[in-house]
Amino acid sequence: MGATGVVRRTVAAGPPGDAQRGERERKHRLSGALPGGAHGFPQTTEDSGLLRYTVRRLGQLLIVTVVLSVLLFGWLRALPGGPVSALLGERATEESRARLVEQLGLDQPLYVQYWKFLGRALTGDFGVSTGVQPGTPAMEVFLQRMPATLELSVLALLLAVAVGIPLGYLAARRQGGWLDNLSITWSLIGVAVPVFFLAFLLKYVFAIEFGVLPASGRQEAGLDATHATGFYVLDGLLTREWDAAWNAFVHLLLPAVALSTIPFAVIFRLTRASVLDVVEEDYVRTARSKGLGAMVVRGRHILRNAMLPVVTTIGLQTGALLSGAVLTEQVFNIAGLGQALSLGFQRQDYAVLQVVILATAMVYVLVNLLVDLAYAAIDPRLRTR
Amino acid sequence: MALLEVRDLSVRFVRRHEPTVSAVDGISFDVHPGSTVGLVGESGCGKSVTSLAIMGLLPQRGTEVSGSAKLAGSELLRLSRREFDRRRGKEIGMVFQDPLTSLNPVVPIGVQISEVIERHRGLSRRDAKREAARLLDRVGIPDPTRRLGEYSHQLSGGMRQRALIAMALACEPRLLIADEPTTALDVTIQAQILSLLRELVAETDTALIMITHDLGVVAGMCDEVNVLYAGRIVERAQRHELFSRPRHPYTAGLMASVPRLDSPRGQRLAPIDGSVADNIPWERGCAFSPRCGNALAVCGQRAPELETTDAGEQLRCHNPVDATETVERADD
Ligand SMILES: Nc1ncnc2c1ncn2[C@@H]1O[C@H](COP(=O)(O)OP(=O)(O)O)[C@@H](O)[C@H]1O
Ligand SMILES: [Mg+2]
Repeated sequence: MGATGVVRRTVAAGPPGDAQRGERERKHRLSGALPGGAHGFPQTTEDSGLLRYTVRRLGQLLIVTVVLSVLLFGWLRALPGGPVSALLGERATEESRARLVEQLGLDQPLYVQYWKFLGRALTGDFGVSTGVQPGTPAMEVFLQRMPATLELSVLALLLAVAVGIPLGYLAARRQGGWLDNLSITWSLIGVAVPVFFLAFLLKYVFAIEFGVLPASGRQEAGLDATHATGFYVLDGLLTREWDAAWNAFVHLLLPAVALSTIPFAVIFRLTRASVLDVVEEDYVRTARSKGLGAMVVRGRHILRNAMLPVVTTIGLQTGALLSGAVLTEQVFNIAGLGQALSLGFQRQDYAVLQVVILATAMVYVLVNLLVDLAYAAIDPRLRTR
Repeated sequence: MALLEVRDLSVRFVRRHEPTVSAVDGISFDVHPGSTVGLVGESGCGKSVTSLAIMGLLPQRGTEVSGSAKLAGSELLRLSRREFDRRRGKEIGMVFQDPLTSLNPVVPIGVQISEVIERHRGLSRRDAKREAARLLDRVGIPDPTRRLGEYSHQLSGGMRQRALIAMALACEPRLLIADEPTTALDVTIQAQILSLLRELVAETDTALIMITHDLGVVAGMCDEVNVLYAGRIVERAQRHELFSRPRHPYTAGLMASVPRLDSPRGQRLAPIDGSVADNIPWERGCAFSPRCGNALAVCGQRAPELETTDAGEQLRCHNPVDATETVERADD
């Protein structure tokens, strides 16, 4: 070169210098790695990194469960009243009280009680229900009721994802359009209106006023359906009792819609914001410059990146679902874990409260672990370096 | 006939609550097969917007594009998005400034190359993958088959730009647009990427539009050079003529601000006075006149037209630098 002896150098007022480039590079890395950073993913070359990570998270799960069980144990017993008053009423004789207290082991020091509880819990024995279903082992109460809540939550989450993600994408691509404004308003209402109220409203309009959907319960009693797993929709499908499956599904609809509003709003808004960010990215422009069809640009280049923060949020929504289930099950009279919780608190059923709360906490932690692993599956920056 | 004919291309960004920006203001130039044309100028003078307009990649909302850009005689500017998608990547390839952000971080490099091959060359997935490996090898990436499965964060800056060049050239386009392809790279890598581009373009007889603010790049790559200022071409000449006899004061200023091997030791570099913030709108006069050492009274009153000089160059100036005055250069 050097036809004229010019040495390569940026001319006056040249564009991005090193500082700016460094900034951009850092921002780019951060934007990808931030959620991962929050997850504390190891950044190693080996696949064993992910395995180690999983093991560590399971270890954390154990610690969380033990700590929670201690706190829960103490906290429940610090509440006024107690299972004895709940069982016998305020006007029971001293003697009968004392007998029951001894029977339940409540006269022993708290740490002894806890120690015994822990020993039994490790064998799967969480004690006997004193209030929700008196006389039934708490574990059995949990297992009986769990499918109803799980069915409801899964359907609610599916609704939230199936509506929230496509709508979030469309709203972002037509930013400021009527669909965008409408869905933003809708999602705001979804967050602002209490689940309890919304559940009542839905029930009133669709079940009572118009009578198009059932008002309560999980399935019509007269159907005589077989219940193998306790998941009624699944049961119906497995046994090919289609009418039973359909009936259970129809019963789920209103509560699931009520329960899905908050997760929907969160997923919708995050998808929208994330898509708005991603369409501005240089790599989307690169994809367009290659003349790829709209489908490939949308799916492979926009959505795959835009889904990263959304995936994390979906895990966090498990919490909202479980707390929302308490209210929803109440309104629609569904014999699930949420109902067991509210009954358990009313009747001071230590055994049932303990097993339900510990189990849901574990589910929450496990779901979020799965979500983190799913995140790593989408984002190679967390798997390799 | 020219491969690409750009005529009177203007791009305006119309924003609510903000003054309209006239980013490109009546630009015309030709690109012939196998030749390299430079678009040179300071940051913000409209180089990228010109290339994005030709590629149909400007944001659709709030953008007014007028004029014409014909590729092999067929108009690009009025294509629908779908029609554009059939030609982008196939007939025109583009390489962008920042290889890090221009690659999708969650899609393997191999897929990002083979997708364009599948799309335009109708190859099966397997053949496209093999072709992608061949391309990676061609742009000088070692161990290409392994690289296909890697992601952008696993590549160095230079490799990333090589991969992007492989994508842009995957369908052997007749025209390649490179928008500051080396600005984000280390100096040693810059030279490698430039020589790779030069080699590929020569080999396949591809026409190249080289966008840069770096006169060194121009000197090493371009046959013809368009100097842009505030959205207009102020000087157009063959590379040799431009460097040996810059006529526009702005071009001359650019050259004076670059160190030269043959300049006397200790001589100060002379950056151009002021900044683009001092510009006046072209409607009122020459946009460069407030910064111009040669400015006359007329410069602030009436904008000069782009005219052909006796030497056959194109020049937009009322009072050009005298040809004899600046000739201190020497070697060729
Ligand atoms: N999308 C946009 N909206 C508004 N103004 C823009 C947009 N893109 C570029 N511009 C403006 O157009 C002018 C030319 O920009 P550009 O072509 O990117 O300059 P460069 O020569 O550095 O590549 C600049 O003033 C820039 O601010
Ligand atoms: Mg630019």
